Amino acid sequence: MAKKVTITIDGIQVSVDEGSTILETARKLDIHIPTLCYHEDLCVAGNCRVCVVEQENSRILPAACATPVSEGMVIHTNSGKVRQARKHIVELLLSEHNADCTKCYKNRNCELQKLASQMLTGDHMFLDLVPEKRYAIDLFNSALIKDDSRCIRCQRCVRTCEELQSVSALGVAYRGNKMKISTFFEHSLFEVVCTNCGQCVNRCPTGALIERNYVDKVWDAIYDPAKHVVVQTAPAVRVALGESLGMPPGKIVTGKMVTALRRLGFTAVLDTDFTADLTIIEEGHELLERLKRALVDKDPKVALPMATSCSPGWIKFLEHTFPELLPNLSTCKSPQQMFGALVKTYYAQKRKLDPKNVVSVSIMPCTAKKFEADRPEMRSSGYKDVDYVLTTRELAIMITQAGLEFDKLPDEPFDSIMGVSTGAGVIFGTTGGVMEAALRTVYEVVTGREVPFEDLNIIPVRGTEGEVREASLKITKTKPEFRYLEGIELQCVVANGLAYAKQVMQNVKEGKVHYHFIEIMACPGGCLGGGGQPIPTNKEIRNKRKHAIYEEDLGMPLRKSHENPEVQEIYKEFLVKPLGHKSHELLHTHYTPRKRY
Amino acid sequence: MSESKLKRVDLIFGEYSSAKYKVLADALKRSNEEILEDLMESGLRGRGGAGFPTGMKWKLAAEAPGKEKYVICNADEGEPGTFKDREILSRVPRKVFSGMAICGKVIGAQKGYVYLRGEYKFLLPELTRELEQYHDQIGKLGFDFPIEIKLGSGAYICGEESALFESMEGFRGEPRNKPPYPTTFGFMGKPTVINNVETFVNVVMIMRLGPIQFKLLGTSDSRGSKVFSVSGDTPIPGIYELELGMPLDRFVEEFGDGDTKAVQVGGASGFCVPRKKFRETVIGFEGVPTGGSMMLFNSSRSMYNVLHNYLNFFEEESCGQCTPCRVGCQQLRKGIVAVKKGEKKALYLDQLMKLAESMKITAKCGLGQSVANSFSSIVYNFKEEMIY
Repeated sequence: MAKKVTITIDGIQVSVDEGSTILETARKLDIHIPTLCYHEDLCVAGNCRVCVVEQENSRILPAACATPVSEGMVIHTNSGKVRQARKHIVELLLSEHNADCTKCYKNRNCELQKLASQMLTGDHMFLDLVPEKRYAIDLFNSALIKDDSRCIRCQRCVRTCEELQSVSALGVAYRGNKMKISTFFEHSLFEVVCTNCGQCVNRCPTGALIERNYVDKVWDAIYDPAKHVVVQTAPAVRVALGESLGMPPGKIVTGKMVTALRRLGFTAVLDTDFTADLTIIEEGHELLERLKRALVDKDPKVALPMATSCSPGWIKFLEHTFPELLPNLSTCKSPQQMFGALVKTYYAQKRKLDPKNVVSVSIMPCTAKKFEADRPEMRSSGYKDVDYVLTTRELAIMITQAGLEFDKLPDEPFDSIMGVSTGAGVIFGTTGGVMEAALRTVYEVVTGREVPFEDLNIIPVRGTEGEVREASLKITKTKPEFRYLEGIELQCVVANGLAYAKQVMQNVKEGKVHYHFIEIMACPGGCLGGGGQPIPTNKEIRNKRKHAIYEEDLGMPLRKSHENPEVQEIYKEFLVKPLGHKSHELLHTHYTPRKRY
Repeated sequence: MSESKLKRVDLIFGEYSSAKYKVLADALKRSNEEILEDLMESGLRGRGGAGFPTGMKWKLAAEAPGKEKYVICNADEGEPGTFKDREILSRVPRKVFSGMAICGKVIGAQKGYVYLRGEYKFLLPELTRELEQYHDQIGKLGFDFPIEIKLGSGAYICGEESALFESMEGFRGEPRNKPPYPTTFGFMGKPTVINNVETFVNVVMIMRLGPIQFKLLGTSDSRGSKVFSVSGDTPIPGIYELELGMPLDRFVEEFGDGDTKAVQVGGASGFCVPRKKFRETVIGFEGVPTGGSMMLFNSSRSMYNVLHNYLNFFEEESCGQCTPCRVGCQQLRKGIVAVKKGEKKALYLDQLMKLAESMKITAKCGLGQSVANSFSSIVYNFKEEMIY
């Protein structure tokens, strides 16, 4: 048991574990100390100094976030000295910050703005330093925008990029008055190792890092009578959208979301979960194919383990960091891109539409999806497969703009075709979900029996944050055509967050581990913690979203991808067979090695 | 010269010992407790400026759990107006290395480093030669404590101890949060004693002369002597070793040019003392402390220009991570310019004085907490020069 320390905060005596910080202790007492650079997901920086408090018998005001408690400490969080100091600090930050709030994407969703309003900053106390700073805005990236004029140098983004993602695309450059957050040689984000995962956007307290928004372009498409605007919605959006619209985390809003999209004017409201199911069929067969080539044909060129390819942040990470392992990536496109390719071919044919009049929009929990949709190889329908990618946050903006009272909307079902999905598609939204969905199908294809887990819940692969989860599944009594898999222990590994992905792939590269199948999601917790999800984010919120996803899965009438009737139909009518000619043309892709900076 | 002349001391640059590395050899024969006791008894306080009791620092590091420990000599002498470490390292490097080795023995460290200011690279050949002799000698003494020299790259902030560790570890030189302090979590996260160059030399002299002899110099709060870097409007600029605890008026009498209007004590991050306070000001830990810099200004100097120059320096040399120091320095400098130009009213200086007070208590590191010292003391004492 940890040693206890007794301290007094604002007259309240409290006994806490040794090593706790003043901030943690105050929060336990429901005393609110303002913070800016502090973030629960990250290491403590202690650089903004907004959280300073007064400590009796101390010459200085310690930062509450960075100072551990010590026996007998007496703290005042709201003394005159503290208020004066905090106001000075916020005023200093404002003097260096482009505080033109009405022109800012984060207006009313900005932590600095909230503090300024609390402190009644009013007329700015100090000189405006912004004009002479010659701040630059990086507008060259299709997914993210970095506006240095809004930056308060709290380094949350730097810590996110390094600690959670081990990408380190963002770092600190220069010092003193020239100190800034920058990239390798100040290149644009699109020229460096940035994976567009958007985790920095989720944690930026101001509008310095934001997604590139396509809200107006989508409205234009909706208003164009010549266009048939199809929208697809990713699995993780429906468990988080409510948060941006005043609802508590963990609320499933699938039906309301569909209604809202319909009222916004989308011609057809369809489901990415459908192509998630399709991904399972393709990817599952690809895995079996690779195993067969390795075990039966003894083909030395077959790349195993095979890794999932749904997460575009992860794809770009691998292209930069382990280009030699690109053959290990499944060639399957992500569900979003499969959907896009099919909307402008299969769907257009069935609906008798000219694909040039079809606009394909996707609602994603992700910023990297914007980059993915722009990749040159994502035009296999002959058009841009996905025209616009909106984040969960952008959809919330559209709903607000349209004046819809989201919580009062009725529930409606998705349109068809390409609107039916299974629980397997739903769990794509959480770490371990693709693995679980794939196993539910692969095991049954190979053995003719359901996976041996109660309620099909393959708990061992349900990953959690902050770990690499390994699991194995023994395959016995196979169907005759899969005899080569008899008795094999299928070795699986699941990781979320690129820092953990890096660990796994480093081990694979060094030959230290022997997996068959790897699932990686770029973001903490999987897509539910994606860079396009509502802000704020923390472990507690992500956990609530995760429970909602598994709840949604459990409530679905169908739980296995291969049982999706629309998936069966598309193979019958259009694709013919998994890994067939059409599939290769529309549903599979290739990757590009990239540089390491 | 008159008989009021300040007493010259010759501890630092004086003779090391009768034989090569004899002080070190003798110290190695003593027990750690005895050495610590001597240091405590001597009242020696760190010579970098902050004045932490050296014996206490060593004791804390010696008692800190863990086998891997380090001794670091802070030779990143970057404070404007300070040049005494350069002189010490070029004239008596043997004393520095010996002091480090004694520290290594007492705290149980395996290795020592000298973090040498990048601009002092020219000292390297001479230091390396002496270091070879040192390694030779300790080999003969059967004591294993290698010392290595690491070069800084020109950042003022790396003189701050935890930024120095970061720099040595290959990271961006930025101060860490404290606590934990270096004695438990220093270089590589291990217990570390980091002392100024001069402090190590003082240790050697205490070992040689004994604490009683050492204590004869200075005052009860400021024992011993101090090497001063005297510059500015003085006919005799240079390095002088003087007793601590001297009154500033006597210093000015001896070093000034007869027209001294202010002395900046402790460099750009130190305090400006105006003529009317010379008599009451004591140079030492009980009065105005200094890492050694004494800059004299006569009446031909504009204190506005002096301050502007300091603030310019800090504006560029702040590491930039914490708000009060990064933005505060910019605001202070731009603020005095605006007042001088009449763009802001003179009353704005009062606002900036309050800001300076906030900077002193909210900045993350010792540097950030002291950057506003020169502002407060110059604006307070020379307000009219700021306005007109």
